[in-house]
Amino acid sequence: MTAEAAGALLEARGIVKIFGQHRALDDVSFALRAGEVHALLGENGAGKSTLIKILTGAYRPDGGEVRLQGAPVSFRDPLHAQSHGIGTVYQEVNLLPNRSVAENLFLGHQPTRWGLIRRKEIEAHARQVLATYGLEIDVREELSSFSVAIQQIVAIARAVELSGKVLVLDEPTASLDRNEVERLFEVIRTLKARGLGIIFITHFLDQVFALADRVTILRNGRKIATERLAEVSTTDVVRMMLGKDVAFDHHLTGLAETTHGAPCVGFAGLGRKGSVAPFTLEVHEGEVVGVAGLLGSGRTEMARLMFGIDPADSGQITIDGKSVTIRNPAQAVAAGFGFCPEDRKLDGIFGELSVRENIIIALQAKLGWFRALNRDDQIDLAGRYAEALDIRAANHDMPVKLLSGGNQQKVILARWLAIDPSFLILDEPTRGIDVGAHAEIVRTINRLREEGLGLFVISSELDEVVAYSNRVVVMRDRQMVAELTGADVAPDRIVQAIAGTSLAEVTP
Amino acid sequence: MNRSLRPLLATAAIFVLAYLLAIAQFPAMASTRVLGNFLTDNAFLGIAAVGMTFVILSGGIDLSVGAVIGFTTVLIAVLVMWVGLHPLAAFAIALAVAALFGAGMGAAIYYLRVPSFIVTLAGMFLARGAASVLSPDSIGIKHSFYTTVSKSYLLMPGGGRLSVVGIMMLLVFLAGIVIAHRTRFGSYVYALGGSETSAALMGVPVARTTVLIYTLSSTLAGLAGVVFSLYTSAGYSLNALGVELDAIAAVVIGGTLLTGGYGLVAGTFIGVMLQGLVQTYIVFDGTLSSWWTKIVIGALLFMFILLQRLLHSAAPRRRKILWTA
Repeated sequence: MTAEAAGALLEARGIVKIFGQHRALDDVSFALRAGEVHALLGENGAGKSTLIKILTGAYRPDGGEVRLQGAPVSFRDPLHAQSHGIGTVYQEVNLLPNRSVAENLFLGHQPTRWGLIRRKEIEAHARQVLATYGLEIDVREELSSFSVAIQQIVAIARAVELSGKVLVLDEPTASLDRNEVERLFEVIRTLKARGLGIIFITHFLDQVFALADRVTILRNGRKIATERLAEVSTTDVVRMMLGKDVAFDHHLTGLAETTHGAPCVGFAGLGRKGSVAPFTLEVHEGEVVGVAGLLGSGRTEMARLMFGIDPADSGQITIDGKSVTIRNPAQAVAAGFGFCPEDRKLDGIFGELSVRENIIIALQAKLGWFRALNRDDQIDLAGRYAEALDIRAANHDMPVKLLSGGNQQKVILARWLAIDPSFLILDEPTRGIDVGAHAEIVRTINRLREEGLGLFVISSELDEVVAYSNRVVVMRDRQMVAELTGADVAPDRIVQAIAGTSLAEVTP
Repeated sequence: MNRSLRPLLATAAIFVLAYLLAIAQFPAMASTRVLGNFLTDNAFLGIAAVGMTFVILSGGIDLSVGAVIGFTTVLIAVLVMWVGLHPLAAFAIALAVAALFGAGMGAAIYYLRVPSFIVTLAGMFLARGAASVLSPDSIGIKHSFYTTVSKSYLLMPGGGRLSVVGIMMLLVFLAGIVIAHRTRFGSYVYALGGSETSAALMGVPVARTTVLIYTLSSTLAGLAGVVFSLYTSAGYSLNALGVELDAIAAVVIGGTLLTGGYGLVAGTFIGVMLQGLVQTYIVFDGTLSSWWTKIVIGALLFMFILLQRLLHSAAPRRRKILWTA
């Protein structure tokens, strides 16, 4: 191994993890030193959480090995990892809201005498421990009576007390305000000075640059790079997270010049407090508007607002120049909108139902209770769309959960096409689909555009966004920060806009 | 203030108020004789309710309690009258059987991932059926030990008699309080009720704790059966019908949250006493049907569930950060 790995506290070598046919991690190596904060970056599905679960014993790797202070280890479960010195703090505080702070710190390790817990001793010890984190609170109070920031620090204190070598922080700042984040960072810096190795997972780039010493970037289950943060720029990091090979993809940008038809949907000042800042956008017939931005930048929230899943509290929506009200998905469907959500398994497919039933369900919902589609119509409809979208299923009566990810995605597309929509929202249409099938989804999107549909497509795959978008809007910090057209629809321009550099050039 | 304490204080206040009102109408209710009867008459319910408290605190429910009490009384009667064992030996066997029964239910709940509601419902049918198979008819118990026990009591000031079964109930409550609040097992019970996922991640032995909780509940139901047997000197398969529901009512009225995680064993004591008070009042009144007990308990239960929603569903007050730095 390299000299860098030689002094590693915790090290992963050539980790492979396979779920079904999907390679969640492919030959990923990672080394954490003592006394460093090491950030782990990547979009959803990049493999961050899979890697963490392997390092903390929640999963077992299908290949490669984990070494702790040079010795190979194999953890049975997170508790086993904890007893070897690896503690984890999750985004959702995994403590007991109904018990006291002191009990949360020492549950399972309370000192006892004749089987009775020595409460005074525990409380004194808890006060002492929390004091080292600059926290002076009544440790007898219920945990839930304190702010999330304090709960987070109690969770960290517990992890450090019980493990003490490696601390894994999984999105610890997601629900904290600016002041609280700063306090948390102070705590993390103190622990770093005490010689702990800290793995820090977040999707806030500024926090990575403020806190971490090194960063490892994952994409599609592969390690892209490990860099010292002092030596890279935000743009470099964004490029590594999103772009495949920026220079290579330039030939895909010819599309932006194509003409498109009349406006089909307009959003004027649409917004929702705490979700997305008001944005104005018009989508034309036969046009694909791509949406780029990092995880948590407000991309999905934008789509949810458009489709009425979260009602907007400002702005209005116009269709063919006429104002419409969309406050729930049923109204959106009635207005001719379709929405393929990001998490197909959770929000999209009905796994137990057949391919045919999954395709006709939106149309049936639109028709209502009293106009049931008869079986022949159903079979005809399913057959037509399965052929049009090239859905590969042995037959259309098999449960849709048995299909591959790409074919499931096409079933959801077929479902929305069956209602004859005028505007289709796709959130990460290629997520969790074999890389080989990506091109096919991209082709399908292009064909729908040629047929005159207006599309709004969210994606973290920049080369794909560029391949099908006439225009690209860029989201950052829950705001639409740029709208790129023409020659600007290119991966490097998008990366710049996301990173917030040379804004003067790209802001419309 | 600790959120577990608020519903308890409300229950205690209502109990004191109701008792004062009852005394105002029937001054005789203030005597220790009435108090003694209170404890004796509700001993089996109180003991079963302690076990139920642990189950509900952990987020579960045990519907088999009444059936286990009934089964235990029949088993004891059979062992004493037909087999000829000494009652103490019969008690030991009955408690062991009940404990095994509870362990089995706990194991089914944890390992088969079946809701406690279903498993203990099956347990209820099983225990009630087994009792009928042992003897469909009531078996009277005649034994010198029973006579001795029923004649033994501690004299309280004012002439009230604290019976053996009353003392047993008080001891079970004391033990329950210590176990719930001063042992690791007790903290695990609360942990399970707070969040099973978090508890498992924090290293709580979830399997062992679950099995132990139901073992404890069934053992205490068995002990309640022993008390019921001493109290009625008979074994009958239809004894203690629906007592599990009275026990659940006592636990909830005592301030324990039905969804688990919050509550105190001491609260259950007040819950049992409040039920006893209503019964005694109706006996004193003499004109009311005994079914009024159920109506009042039902109304109280409803009121306390509303109260709990108000106290618990309100967003917890978050303290401001107190940093020393």
